[in-house]
Amino acid sequence: MTNKASLAQDAPPLDPREEIVTHLPAMRAFALSLTRNPSQADDLVQDAVIKAWKNLSSFQVGTNMRAWLFTILRNTFYSDRRKSKREVQDTDGAFAATLAEKPHHDGRLAMADFEEAFVQLKAEQREALMLVGAMGFSYEEAAETCDVAVGTIKSRVNRARQALSELMNLEEGEPLELTDQQTLAVMSTNMPGRGDAA
Amino acid sequence: MAQHKPKHNLDEQIEMNLKKVYQKTLDEEVPDRFLELLEQLKEQDARNDQ
Repeated sequence: MTNKASLAQDAPPLDPREEIVTHLPAMRAFALSLTRNPSQADDLVQDAVIKAWKNLSSFQVGTNMRAWLFTILRNTFYSDRRKSKREVQDTDGAFAATLAEKPHHDGRLAMADFEEAFVQLKAEQREALMLVGAMGFSYEEAAETCDVAVGTIKSRVNRARQALSELMNLEEGEPLELTDQQTLAVMSTNMPGRGDAA
Repeated sequence: MAQHKPKHNLDEQIEMNLKKVYQKTLDEEVPDRFLELLEQLKEQDARNDQ
């Protein structure tokens, strides 16, 4: 019926085949947090949609389809990654190195710096933080989606937060805007507004 | 472990930033390739049903 993702959110249970489209935006965001690369993310979403479609009979209508789709998506991601493990590790290393070299001299505020820090987290930390922190999953839902214990999700979220704050040189309670010397120098001469510069 | 920190500030800011990152993708139009893919899958099913 409806092709508009946003419209169907509160509608009564749809035919699962009609419902998938409503989760595509969230799937793309989740995939992006895993792959860290928009075109890989969309390839991953495509693979996951095809798998989901083939396995639709195993989806219980009325249950959380988003969590079900995310499970398929992340399983696909991790199994692809296992298949090309060495390659991925090399890529990860190179990727992290590029990021580390990038100087914070342009006065960009929290958003870009945050993304740079976020993509350096481990995949399991990124997904835990994304599910719980951005997508409003309960710890229980996130645990089910990732097929681990609730305690594991909680500790991944905590470790992700700690890692983020270390990556961004945050002291306790400090705002996310970087306060290292360079950034301070830039900010004092060129203080951007608090909102989205983008 | 570290239960002593002022949770509100850092955690809230991390969450806020995450949601912004997430929202950027949510606000994007779903690319046609996905709508086309779903159409194809439906057509495939319809053919198989016959």
